[in-house]
Amino acid sequence: MTRRSWIGIAMASSLFTACASGGPMDSLDPKGPIATDIDGLFRLTLNIATVIFVLVTGALLYAAIRFRDRGDRTPEPKQVEGNARLEVIWTVIPVLILASIAVPTVDRIFKYTSCADDALHIEVIGHQWWFEYTYPDDGFSTANVLVMPTETEICLDMSSDDVIHNYWVPKLNGKRYLVPGQDTVLLLRADEPGEYWGQCAEFCGLSHAKMRARVIAMTPDDYVAWLTEQQRPASVPVEGTIEQQGMDLFLGGQCVSCHNISGVTADNPALTAGAIYGPDLTHFSSRDVFAGAVLNHGDPNAIEDWIDNPPVVKPGSFMPNIDLTQQEIEALAAYLRSLD
Amino acid sequence: MATTAAPSSAPTIFRRPASNTGFWSWITTADHKKIGMMYGYTAFVFFILGGLEALLLRIQLAQPDSVFLSASEYNAMFTMHGTTMIFLFVMPVSAAFFNYLLPLMIGARDVAFPRMNAVSYWIFVFGGIFLYSSFIFGTTGPPEGGNLAEVASRLGSAPNGGWFGYAPNSGLRFSSGTVMDYWSVGLQILGLASLISAINFIVTVFNMRAKGMKLLRMPVFVWMTTVVAFLLLFSLPIIAVALFMITFDRNVGTLFFDPSMGGDPILWQHFFWLFGHPEVYILVLPAMGIVSEVLPTFSRKPLFGYPAVVFAGAAIGFMGFGVWAHHMFSSGVTPITQAAFGLSTMAIAIPTGIKIFNWIGTVWGGKVKLNTPMLFSLGFVGMFVIGGLSGVTHSIVPADWQQTDTYYIVAHFHYVLFGGAIFGLFSGLYYWFPKLTGRMFSEALGKWHFWVFFIGFNLTFGPMHWLGLNGMVRRTWVYAEETGLGPWNMVVTVGAFIIALGVLIFMINWTWSKRHGPIAPFDPWDARTLEWSLPSPTPAYNFAVNPVVTSLDDFWHKKYSEDADGRPVRRPEATALLTEYEEVGLNPPEPIHLPNPSYYPFMVGVGMPMVGYGLIYDNTAWGIPLLILGAVIIVGSFIGWGVEPLEEPHAEHHPDEPGNEHPGTDGEDS
Repeated sequence: MTRRSWIGIAMASSLFTACASGGPMDSLDPKGPIATDIDGLFRLTLNIATVIFVLVTGALLYAAIRFRDRGDRTPEPKQVEGNARLEVIWTVIPVLILASIAVPTVDRIFKYTSCADDALHIEVIGHQWWFEYTYPDDGFSTANVLVMPTETEICLDMSSDDVIHNYWVPKLNGKRYLVPGQDTVLLLRADEPGEYWGQCAEFCGLSHAKMRARVIAMTPDDYVAWLTEQQRPASVPVEGTIEQQGMDLFLGGQCVSCHNISGVTADNPALTAGAIYGPDLTHFSSRDVFAGAVLNHGDPNAIEDWIDNPPVVKPGSFMPNIDLTQQEIEALAAYLRSLD
Repeated sequence: MATTAAPSSAPTIFRRPASNTGFWSWITTADHKKIGMMYGYTAFVFFILGGLEALLLRIQLAQPDSVFLSASEYNAMFTMHGTTMIFLFVMPVSAAFFNYLLPLMIGARDVAFPRMNAVSYWIFVFGGIFLYSSFIFGTTGPPEGGNLAEVASRLGSAPNGGWFGYAPNSGLRFSSGTVMDYWSVGLQILGLASLISAINFIVTVFNMRAKGMKLLRMPVFVWMTTVVAFLLLFSLPIIAVALFMITFDRNVGTLFFDPSMGGDPILWQHFFWLFGHPEVYILVLPAMGIVSEVLPTFSRKPLFGYPAVVFAGAAIGFMGFGVWAHHMFSSGVTPITQAAFGLSTMAIAIPTGIKIFNWIGTVWGGKVKLNTPMLFSLGFVGMFVIGGLSGVTHSIVPADWQQTDTYYIVAHFHYVLFGGAIFGLFSGLYYWFPKLTGRMFSEALGKWHFWVFFIGFNLTFGPMHWLGLNGMVRRTWVYAEETGLGPWNMVVTVGAFIIALGVLIFMINWTWSKRHGPIAPFDPWDARTLEWSLPSPTPAYNFAVNPVVTSLDDFWHKKYSEDADGRPVRRPEATALLTEYEEVGLNPPEPIHLPNPSYYPFMVGVGMPMVGYGLIYDNTAWGIPLLILGAVIIVGSFIGWGVEPLEEPHAEHHPDEPGNEHPGTDGEDS
C-alpha cells in the first residue's frame, strides 16, 4: 500500500475515536496506567480493523461497480466455482492477525485480574442504587464518592447487597461486576489528582440510570489528611439552632433506622445485620454528590428536593417519602449541610 | 382412491375442515406455504410493534434528562423491544422463509410433518399474544422495600428485566408483580414453537430431498436452515431448563438463582448465554443463507467456494456453542476462563471471514445486476463486516471490560442483527416476492427503501459506537447533560425515524405490488435453484412432477451450458423446457395427495396461554382449573389429530375442479 493510503486509514481511525471523545466518562481518554494500557490495545485493534474494513468493503464496492451489468458491453461471466489457494490464504491471514493480538490480550487479562500484595484495599458494596465504600484499615464507611490516593494501586474488594451491579470508572479501568454472595476485585490506579466519573453499567432495576459513581483521586498526603478527617465523629450542632432541630428530627424520626451518623446515632444493629440501609451520613456534606451521585451539593435546593420526595428523584428508592413539612425539611437540610 | 373415501367414521369433535379458501382455510391449513405466509405476516406485525417500542426509546433518549417516559416505562420498552425483535420477529420471519422455501428448494411437496408445522405456528402466535397480554394484565412494582412516587402505567406494565432477564433482578424480591412471569412463561411457549419446527426441518432436509439432491448439492440457504435447526435443537432445551428454574424460583419457591439462600445468579448467565450465543447465529445464519442465494443469481456466477461457505456455516454453528462467556467478561469469571473464551471468540471470526471473502469472490468478475434484492445483500455484507470487526474488538478481553454494557455493544449487535440479519431478510423478501405473489414489486420503491434504510441504519447505529466509548451505559432511561452525550443521541433518534420511513416505503411497495404489480414470469431473475422452476405463485402441490437433480444449481444447468472459456451459453432447448415446466407445473398429470387441514394445531396453540395464565395465577381460585383446562385442550388436540382420517376427498388436488385452485391466487388477503 502507498503511504497516502496508510495516512488515510490513520485518519479514518482517528476520526472514529475523535467522534467518541470529550465526555467525563470518555473511555478513550485514560487517566491511569491500566486504562492507558487497555486503550493502547483497543487502538491497535481499531487500526487493524480499519485496514481490514477499508480493504474488504473496498473490494466489495469495487466488484459491484466494476463488474456491474452494462448490457451487451458486459460479457457473460466465467463460471468460476472457487479457488482452493485463495481459500487457504484468506483463512491463514486472519489466523495470523488474530494470533498477533491474542498474545497481548491474554497477557493483560492475567495482569489486571488480581491485586498486587501492597495494594490499598477498599471495600465496595453495591446497593440499589448507590455504591458504599468501606475503608477496612480505618474503620469507617462512606458512599457515592470514592476517595483514593494517586500513584497507588487500589484494590476494590467488591460485592453486592441485592442484585448484580457493574462498577465502571472508564478513565481508570474497565468494568467489574458486584455480585451478591460472591467476591470480585477491580484494580484502579490514577496518575493525577482529579475527579473521575463512573456509573453502574449492569441493568439493576428501576433506577439503574441513577446509580452513578464519583472517584476523587488525591495526592497521598491529601489522602492521609482526608482519612484523619473522616475518622472524626460527626459535627454536633449548637443548642437552639435550626441544625439542632434537624438533628432532633433525624434522631426522633425514621431517618435513624437506616442511616448512621458516627458519634450521634447509637450503634444501630440493623445497619450491620444485613437489613436494607442507607449511606453513612457522618461526613455527608464533605461529599460533592449524593443520592447515587446524581444530586450535587452545588445545587442550592438539592437536599430539600431529595428528602421531600425521594422516589420522584430515584424511582423505586428505598428512602420513602415520609410527608415531612416544609419546616422539617428545612431543619433536616440544615443539619445535613452541617455534617462536614 | 380419490373419490371413494367415505365420510370418516373415526371420532371427531369438529366437523372436518373442508374449505380451501377463506378464513377457516388459513386456520386449519397444513400447507407449508400458507403457514410460511402467516409466519411472515405475524412476524411483521411484531416487527412494527418492536419498532414502535424502539421509537419511544429514541424519543426519550433524544435529549438529556428527558421526562417523556418514566423509568418503568423505559425499562419495559427496552425489554420488550429486544424480546420482540429476537423472539417474535427475526426468529419467526426466518421460520417463514424456512417454511415457504425449504420444501421448494429441495424438491419436496411439503415438510415432513405438515400439521406439526401448523402447531409450531399457532404456538408462536399464541405465545406472542400471551407475552404481549402483559401490557393489559401485568403488574409491576418497586423491589421489596422500595417506593414509587406513582403507579406504573399500562405502558410500563410489561416485562422489564431486559431481554436476558438477569437474576436476581428478575426474581420475586426485585421484580414483584407478574410481568417477569409473562416473560419467562411467554419465552417458554415461544421456545416450544421453535423447537418443534427445528425437528420438523431437520427431518425434512434429511428425508425429503428430491432424487439426486445429495447433501452437497443442496442450496446454501438449505444448508444454513439445517445448521440453524440443529442450533435450535441443542440450544433451546438449555433456555427451557433455565426458564423453568426461574419460573419455579418465582412461583414455587425454589432458590436456584437467589444468592441470599445460597443460589447462584451467575449460573443464570451461563445458562442464558449458552443458549443466547447460539441464538445470535440462529438469527444471522438464515440471512447468510439468503445472501448466498441472491449474490450468485444477480452476479450470474455460481457461489464462489460453495463447500467452504457450507463448512464455514457449519463451523460457525459448532463454535457458536463455545463462546458464550464472552458476554460475561466483566462478571469476575477467572482469568483462564476469560482467556479461553477470548480466544474462541477470535477464532469464530475466521469462518465468518471465509464467508465474507467468498461472497466478494462471487460478485467479483460477475455480471452484476444491482436490483433491490442485490442491494440489500451487498448492504448485508458491508454492514456485517463492521459488526464482525467490532465483534473482534470485544474478543480483546480488556477492551471488552470497557465496552461491555455500553452503547458500543448496542451498536455492535445491531450491525450484526439489523445490518446483518434484517438486511438479509429484506433481500430475501424482495428476491422471492415474485414466487410468493406471482407479481413483481416496484423496483423504484425497492431502491428507495434500500437507500433510506441504509442511511437511517448507519445514522442510528454508527454514532452508538461513539456514545458507548464516550461512556453511555446501556439501559439507562436518562443521562446527564454534563456527559456530553446529547448531540449524538439526537442524531441517533433522527436516524431511527429515517429507518421507520424505510419500513413505510417497504409496506407501501408490498401491499401495492401484491395487487397491482406486473405479473411475474416464473423465473424473473434467471435464477439457479429449484423453486424458480415452479409457476408463480407456487401451486398448492409445489411440484407437479417430482424433480430429479443431477448437480448443484441444477435448474441453472438445465438452462445453460458453458463454452470453452467457461462462460454460460443458453441451451437451445432452454426456452422449450421452461414452457414445458410452466404447462406441466400448472397441470399435474395425476392427482396429488396433499396434507389434510386440521383444527387441532390451532387448538394446541389456544391451550398454551391457558396453561401460562394458570401458572402465573396459580394462587387464585381459577388459576389451577384454567391450567388443567389448557392442558386438557392441548393433550386432547394431539389425540384428536391422531385419530383424524388420513385420506379425504378434498385432500387431493384436482386441477380441473373449479374452486380448487392453488392458494396463492386468492387466499392471501383473507
